[in-house]
Amino acid sequence: MLTLTIDGRQIEVKEGSTVLQAAREHEIYIPTLCDDPRLEPYGGCRLCLVQIEGVPRPVTACTTPVSEGMKVETTNEYIEGLRRTVVELILSDHPNDCMVCEKAGDCTLQELAYFYGLRENRFRGERRQYAKRDANPFIERDMEKCILCGKCVRVCEEVQGVSAIEIAYRGFNAKVCPPFEKDLDCEFCGQCVSVCPTGALMGKLSLGKGRQKDIKKVDTVCPYCGCGCNLTLHVARNEVIRVSSSPETLNEGWLCVKGRFGFKFISSPERLNTPLIRKNGRFEEVSWQEALDHVAERLGGIRDRYGPDAIAGLSSARCTNEENYLFQKFFRAAVGTNNVDHCARY
Amino acid sequence: MVGLATVFGSGAMTNSIPEIERNDLIFVTGSNTKENHPIVALRMIKAVRRGAKLIVADPRKVPLVRFATIWIQQRPGTDVALLNSMMHVIVKEDLVDRDFIASYTEGFDDGFLKSLEEYTPEVGERITGVPKEKIIEAARLYAGASNPGIYYTMGITQHSHGTDNVFCIANLALMTGNLGKESSGVNPLRGQNNVQGSTDMGCSPNMYPGYQKVTIPSVRERFERLWGVKLPEKEGLVASEMFFASGAQKVRAMYIMGENPVLSDPDVGHTVEALKELDFLVVQDIFMTETAELADVVLPGACFAEKDGTFTNTERRVQLVRKAVNPPGEAREDSWIITELSRRLGYEMKYNRTEEIFHEIGMAWPAMAGMTYSRLDEEGGLQWPCPTQDHPGTPYLFKGGFPRGKGRFTVVKYRPPAEEPDEEYPFVLTTGRQLFHYHTGSMTRRVEPINRVSPEPYMEINSEDAAELAIEDGAMVRVSSRRGEIRLKARLSKRPDRGVVFIPFHFREAAANVLTSSIALDPLCKIPELKVSTVRVEKV
Ligand code: SF4
Ligand code: SF4
Ligand code: SF4
Repeated sequence: MLTLTIDGRQIEVKEGSTVLQAAREHEIYIPTLCDDPRLEPYGGCRLCLVQIEGVPRPVTACTTPVSEGMKVETTNEYIEGLRRTVVELILSDHPNDCMVCEKAGDCTLQELAYFYGLRENRFRGERRQYAKRDANPFIERDMEKCILCGKCVRVCEEVQGVSAIEIAYRGFNAKVCPPFEKDLDCEFCGQCVSVCPTGALMGKLSLGKGRQKDIKKVDTVCPYCGCGCNLTLHVARNEVIRVSSSPETLNEGWLCVKGRFGFKFISSPERLNTPLIRKNGRFEEVSWQEALDHVAERLGGIRDRYGPDAIAGLSSARCTNEENYLFQKFFRAAVGTNNVDHCARY
Repeated sequence: MVGLATVFGSGAMTNSIPEIERNDLIFVTGSNTKENHPIVALRMIKAVRRGAKLIVADPRKVPLVRFATIWIQQRPGTDVALLNSMMHVIVKEDLVDRDFIASYTEGFDDGFLKSLEEYTPEVGERITGVPKEKIIEAARLYAGASNPGIYYTMGITQHSHGTDNVFCIANLALMTGNLGKESSGVNPLRGQNNVQGSTDMGCSPNMYPGYQKVTIPSVRERFERLWGVKLPEKEGLVASEMFFASGAQKVRAMYIMGENPVLSDPDVGHTVEALKELDFLVVQDIFMTETAELADVVLPGACFAEKDGTFTNTERRVQLVRKAVNPPGEAREDSWIITELSRRLGYEMKYNRTEEIFHEIGMAWPAMAGMTYSRLDEEGGLQWPCPTQDHPGTPYLFKGGFPRGKGRFTVVKYRPPAEEPDEEYPFVLTTGRQLFHYHTGSMTRRVEPINRVSPEPYMEINSEDAAELAIEDGAMVRVSSRRGEIRLKARLSKRPDRGVVFIPFHFREAAANVLTSSIALDPLCKIPELKVSTVRVEKV
């Protein structure tokens, strides 16, 4: 352990930590745009500038390792001025789109503009103009809103191991895109969408369905594979419109295409919405009362005639523990047979 | 999971997903982890970035191979020979863990050791097609690691000798002492979100909740007291037997909840016939599946987002599922439907809240007795065993011994797959999943963008084989087996080895399981041979 001072507070941290990690551990806020604790430090956005006693120029907290006795200042007029300029420069080449942007209310850049009270811009100049054209079905890419923090590129390489996108060209023309500016064709895990600090990457399925207001968020578990990823369902008007996942979960906030974008089936018009009984070869809609009475009567009749072992049940790996428990209890205790199994034994 | 339960007295992943990061060696066999368990794969990639070695054994060049130190491309169905041969090397080079064998296992010296003698790397190479140097290197890497984890799925279990494969994996871990420690163990990755839970909950013909046998009188009496009713003594039928039983054992009525055996089970023709022959079929589901179409009564259930409850993931972690939206129209929660039916059949089940059912589960199975919904909420889920309210749950199993006493070595002999390629059916067919779809596709194929990326069935075939048959990429082909035929598009690729074709089983219009066999059941756990059948491929 090392001891250092941040903003006059003496703190202890593990050797090898960065100044940013040390500050975060002790809940000292340093703004960032390109940092994510789950990714390697990058030092790109220069918002995390801090001053260290004895070092002539400000340094980036995310790439500076702590040392014994170090004295750090994370905020003062000079540093905040620098940060303000950084944000102002970014905004000078950013569409003034917050009114209609999907990301509003959940955007780090918007937050920073609010914090520094930026409305006018000293640096207004030429702006990048990119057409939004990407035929992939999952991810809306609006590169005019990209601040080149590189998070999406890094998450795709470091975490997902895919490297589907890169930063192409240099300077003013620098741009995040798949090789040769083709349409995105990848695993569509959406990790990049989840880390993007602005509205540059958004899920297509959610567009126009609702931003942050009047959204109910419900934590639950993914219904697909056995990994058991934690999902947060965003609900508006009794419809799941978006899925996110918190970095504090078992799955560290990462999901796959099914968990992140596979929720549309919930509100599919093809959902069964009434009990059906086959009459003269065709399904007819009936009430629960009629359906349940009919099932009980038929099962009861078959049990009386052939014994309980003439009835068998298959349960589902998709249902909850409670439902599976009840299902086998139903067969054993109510029907009187051990003929109960689930299909997929894997 | 019969195999694992026989060896250790319990059948589940022995370690946790987060522990993967600290593996120094990862041995993935018969698992297309990157596509089927994507988040587990991310942890593996993280471990590799931190310097762990990765061995992937798979007949196909699955995406994880990109990160592998060694890729072993064994012929389909030859896993036993591969694993035995690796163990042969470990014995010969004296890389076994004598202390562990002496303290925690039984059966090493009687018969088992000798049974490995014939599996020299040369024999291994002849059967599996893997160069012997690779077998030796893999054996050394595994035995030399300090925290190696083995991960496998259906590729290993879904053979007519799937249980044998699991025995081999257990042998390998036992002889090197790689069990009962953090980050080292034997880890079956469960395919569906709650398949662990449905087995735990006793949806098995021979076991009550918590793997307690229905044939043991004292166990049965306990459940009779808990449920207040006399219970049947005889074991029931497993799923595949339900479709085959005849005579006195014949099944006349079935109640199927949330499953679609018409697509997921082998030999579609047979399954459909068996279901049609029933006097009465009830299907409870969220969509009109291929199975529901055959039903007499269809009951609309609720999906995961419409109910409260718990799922248990592949690492035994019980987690809360919470209701977010209302089910459509008249659709109702499955638990409500079951209790209503039960009441009508004269057995009253009374629960005011879902948590009361959960509480009863804790009474039925001590390993979950320490869990409550509020603990699950606060602690981000709990891993069983968790017997008391102050127990923290169990991230890894078998610390200091096995529930059945000692881990047992099992002699396993290599047997060729039930069907071997011949002139008439020269290709080996393997089936499986791919990234974008899930199981029989009843959910994912209704998510329009997913269907756009992956809209239609296809068969992967090695480009050289395709060239010989004059099949071009995207051409329609007819694939036939002794059981039936389907037509679909060919996709030329280097992924399958020569002589092997792969078909994902999500698509109803060309259901791979029309071709597979339902006869070659694994003798112990009765898993049908979904993974290896032989087929003929023709251009149409
Ligand atoms: S969706 Fe996933 S694979 Fe595709 S670019 Fe984003 S991070 Fe990479
Ligand atoms: S698209 Fe988003 S995450 Fe990627 S570089 Fe631009 S702003 Fe950063
Ligand atoms: S998000 Fe993907 S990896 Fe995670 S549980 Fe769902 S299907 Fe599995």
